[in-house]
Formats: sequence, C-alpha cells, structure tokens
Amino acid sequence: MSVKVNLNSDKKVATRESYGNALVEVGREHENLVVLDADLAGATKTEIFKKAFPERHIDCGIAEGNMMGIAAGLASCGKVPFASSFAMFATGRAFEQVRNSIAHTKLNVKVAATHAGISVGEDGATHQCCEDLSLMRTIPNMVVINPCDDVEAKAAVQAAYEYDGPVYLRFGRLAIPVINDPETYKFEIGKGVVMREGKDLTIFATGLEVYESLVAAEKLAEDGIDAEVINIHTLKPIDEELVAASLAKTGCAVTVEEHSIIGGLYSAVCEVAAKKQPTKILAIGVEDVFGHSGPAKDLLKEFGLDSEGIYNKIKEFLK
Amino acid sequence: MNKLELQKHANEIRKGIIQGVHAAKAGHPGGSLSSAEILTYLYFVEMKNIDPANPDNPDRDGFILSKGHAAPVLYAALAERGFFPKEELLTLRKIGSRLQGHPDMNELPGVDMSTGSLGQGLSTAVGMALAAKMDNKNYRVYSLLGDGEIQEGQIWEACMFAGHRKLDNLVVILDNNGLQIDGNIKDVCSPYPLDEKFLAFNFNVIRVDAHDFDALAAAFKEAEETKGMPTAIIAKSIKGKGVSYMENNAGWHGKAPNDEEFEIAMKDLAEIEASLCQ
Repeated sequence: MSVKVNLNSDKKVATRESYGNALVEVGREHENLVVLDADLAGATKTEIFKKAFPERHIDCGIAEGNMMGIAAGLASCGKVPFASSFAMFATGRAFEQVRNSIAHTKLNVKVAATHAGISVGEDGATHQCCEDLSLMRTIPNMVVINPCDDVEAKAAVQAAYEYDGPVYLRFGRLAIPVINDPETYKFEIGKGVVMREGKDLTIFATGLEVYESLVAAEKLAEDGIDAEVINIHTLKPIDEELVAASLAKTGCAVTVEEHSIIGGLYSAVCEVAAKKQPTKILAIGVEDVFGHSGPAKDLLKEFGLDSEGIYNKIKEFLK
Repeated sequence: MNKLELQKHANEIRKGIIQGVHAAKAGHPGGSLSSAEILTYLYFVEMKNIDPANPDNPDRDGFILSKGHAAPVLYAALAERGFFPKEELLTLRKIGSRLQGHPDMNELPGVDMSTGSLGQGLSTAVGMALAAKMDNKNYRVYSLLGDGEIQEGQIWEACMFAGHRKLDNLVVILDNNGLQIDGNIKDVCSPYPLDEKFLAFNFNVIRVDAHDFDALAAAFKEAEETKGMPTAIIAKSIKGKGVSYMENNAGWHGKAPNDEEFEIAMKDLAEIEASLCQ
C-alpha cells in the first residue's frame, strides 16, 4: 500500500527550516535536548531553537571537531545533543570526531547537518557535500536518515530524539514541496515508504529526489510505464525486505539521490540487490564530480537530477 | 592519605604498567610511567564520589585520559583503586579483554570516556564540564594531555571554548615529559612556550613537578579555589620514570620490554618499594 502523497501542494519548505522548528517542538517536551552549532545558527536554522531556549543552545564557534567532542561529553552526562553544521563540515571536517568520539562510544548524539548536496547552490563546490551519506554509512553504530520533505523531516527529528544512539540527519537548503500528509504520515527508522505502487520498474529515491522521482513517474505513466516509487529515508539500516520485495516484483530499478553515486543510496540498494535479489540497477546521482556555483534549481537540472532529467535517463535505460 | 602511602600506590601502579605491557608484548610504557603520581593523586585523593561499586554515579568527578595511549596507567590506577582485580592487567590488548589498547568506556567500568585518537578527549571533558554548569552540579572534570598531543589543533579549539565559557570546574593536566614518538618535542614541532599558550586561552596556569605529591596537592587545591577560569597544570615529568633504562628515552614511548628487560624493570621498582618501606 502506498501512502497518501500530494504532488500539487503550493507549500514549499526547506528541510533545514523543518529541523529548526522541530527542535523547538521536541525541545519543549524534553529538557535534556540541547543544540550545538558552529557559527551557522542562522543558516542551519538552529537559531529558531536558540530564540526559544537560549540557555540550551551552545554556539561552539567555527570549530566543528571540538563541537562533536563537546556533544559527546554532554551526551555522556545525560543530555541529548543535536550538533549542527553544514554537511561538508559535520561529516567531512569532523569525520573522525564523529567516528571516534560519538559512534565508537555509542553516545546519544544526533549529528544534524544542513546544506547537503548540490542544491546548496551559489556557494559552489567547497560547500556542496555529496559524500556525507557515504561517509556516515561506513561508520558502525550510525543510523543515517535523509528526509524528503517538511513532514518527514520533523518526524525524523522526533524519531532521532527517541532513538538511543548516534544518528545522522541530512537536511537541505532549498525550499522543496511538502508532499506527505501530516495527518496520516508515520515515520519509522529503517522502514522504506512506498510512495507510488507500480509493476514495471522501481525508483528508489531519497531526500528531495523523492518528489522529483514521483513527478518523473507520472510522466512515465503517460508513456505506459508503471513505476513504483520508494522513499528510502533511512539509508542505514536500509529496509532490506522492502527493497528486495520491490526488486522481485519489478525486476528493474533506478536509484535517485542528490549525492555521489558512490557510497550513498545506489550503493546501499545494490548491496541489498546483490545479496537478496540480483537486478540491473541504474544510478542517477552526482557522477563522481564536484559541483559548482549556480542557482539550486539550475544545478539540479544541469546534473539531471530534476524530474525531467530522471525521466530522460529512465527512458534511455529502458530502451 | 599520607605521602608515603601515595608513593607506594604510585609504585604499585608502575608495576601494573610494566606487567601489562610486558604481557601484551605491546603498548605505551613511557608516557604511562610519567603520569603515575598524577593518576595516583587523582584517584586516591582528589576526585570525589569515585566508587568501584558505583562507577556510573552521576555526581562523580570525571577523568578523561586525552592521551589515550597511556591506557596502561589508567588501567593500573583503576585496578589499584579496586575497580577490577590486578590479575586482569595481564590481559591488556589481548583478544576478548576489557583492557583495550586504548580505553573503551563501553568495555571497562571506571573509564569515563573512550579515548585514543589524540586531541579528542579534551573536547569531551569540556562537554562534561559544561553539562555540570548547565545542571548546577558540583562535579569536576580532569583531563590528562600529552605534551606532544597539544600539537593537535582541536586541543586549542577546546581550550578556547573552555576559557570563553569560564569552565572553572575543568582541570587540564599536561604531562610535560618532553618526548613524543619521533623524538624530543622541541625537535619535532615545538609546542613551547606552554604557559603563555594556556594563559592566552584564559586559563589559570600552574607549574608543578609531576612526581612530587606535595606540589600536586597544592596545584589541585589552587585549581579548585580558582573561580571564573579553567586551570592548566603543567606537570614537568620524566618519561619512563621509575624504570632506569626507560627514563628520558623516546624509544620507550610505544615499545614493550622483553623478558630480560622486564626483570630489570621489576627489580628497579622493587628497589623503589624497598626504599619507601625503610
């Protein structure tokens, strides 16, 4: 059964905004929730939390490695820290601190990174992290979540708080359509979500590519191609059962991610396929290149990561 | 506890270091031996609410061995303090042992934070000290750093934050033995001057002889009385202290004694023990 999806909503929200708002909601209920930032509170939207609970917002300055260590120390004393920066710095600069001080220790820290992927836009290659999912997926004990819209992002923050252990949350800068139904939506770590049922091929998508994939699926339907669209919000642990079942049903698959095709969703799905349901799978993502400056929308189009690009690549793949 | 008793404990800890490293045929004796008095003082005098029967007491003082490769001294101190039987020191670095090559908080009760990757422990100590301030708790946090370790930039990120936040419940102890794996710290990449660096990060700075219990007592007292800023105790030490051939020799940073060397080391420590008992 697919969930209720609205592709015609006028409402657009960046998931970083959802993150900031969710922190206030969850933080209001739980006093042990604390938020750390590294001089990017305005951009990561933790400033929303800072306004509501200034005494629980800790700005560490531009020192991401130290911030991760402080978060680990706070967690060892019973706090539930959400440590925020851009994906580039949270998972790149501070990779080893996340690995050794947070994941190896199994401390209850949530690494919540914004500005992931090429949709960072104008800041260009140095800030467009397309390696974060890959980096975080390789670390033992780490749960890796990449929500697809406002509804899911807020639910993910709540779920991450309730989960005892390290979690990586990926958020974006670009405002994207709200496609999930807030009344009926249920989030469960590790469970994929069937957004659209189909029988001809499976599109596994994550993050903002879920919406783009759903739009592409509608265009494919006009050509008589019935695509199943599955939202993989949790890349680790991935929903092996659902992935394998859908592969068995359609026998043909595509992965779509605003991330390198090395180590992220494509790798995660292929790992399941190789083990449980060998299938030819097309990778749509950032193809082992750096990004560059430009408006986010234009970049997504240039990299073939908008609905049109996805549609074209799938048509080519199915020839 | 009187000075003689502390000296005896320190010597027992040194024996534990040598026994563990010898049994493991690997490990870091030099920087463990240099900090034996510091850990003795912390675990037998300074730190409050340290109880082997209740190692997770949320009100206990915390100790973070930022120079995590000195795990043998932490293990020997915990064993000496009664956290586990001394025989277990002989399992150091072996498969299935709780005494991992670097301290693991999820393996061994009494280890407050897993460390080993240099530069990271101090940040976690800062987080613990900050948690105490946020919760209006009285526990204090102690972190032992190597003088080579402070070449890591993260140490200074942590110091900047601790000074900025006026974490007067944080005490940094610098094991200033002057040697790192590749040689003299002055030759490798000098971190000197030390005092001025910590002063510049808004720390209270105290210099002591790392092997003098009276000096350590005075320094920790001053640290506790210092309000509005963290304290750095720069403890001038002798790497390999207590074992004749290891003293001031960088070669013993990360090498285990063979059987013959082990006998000499244990004889050296037995002589110290005998001198203490006279």
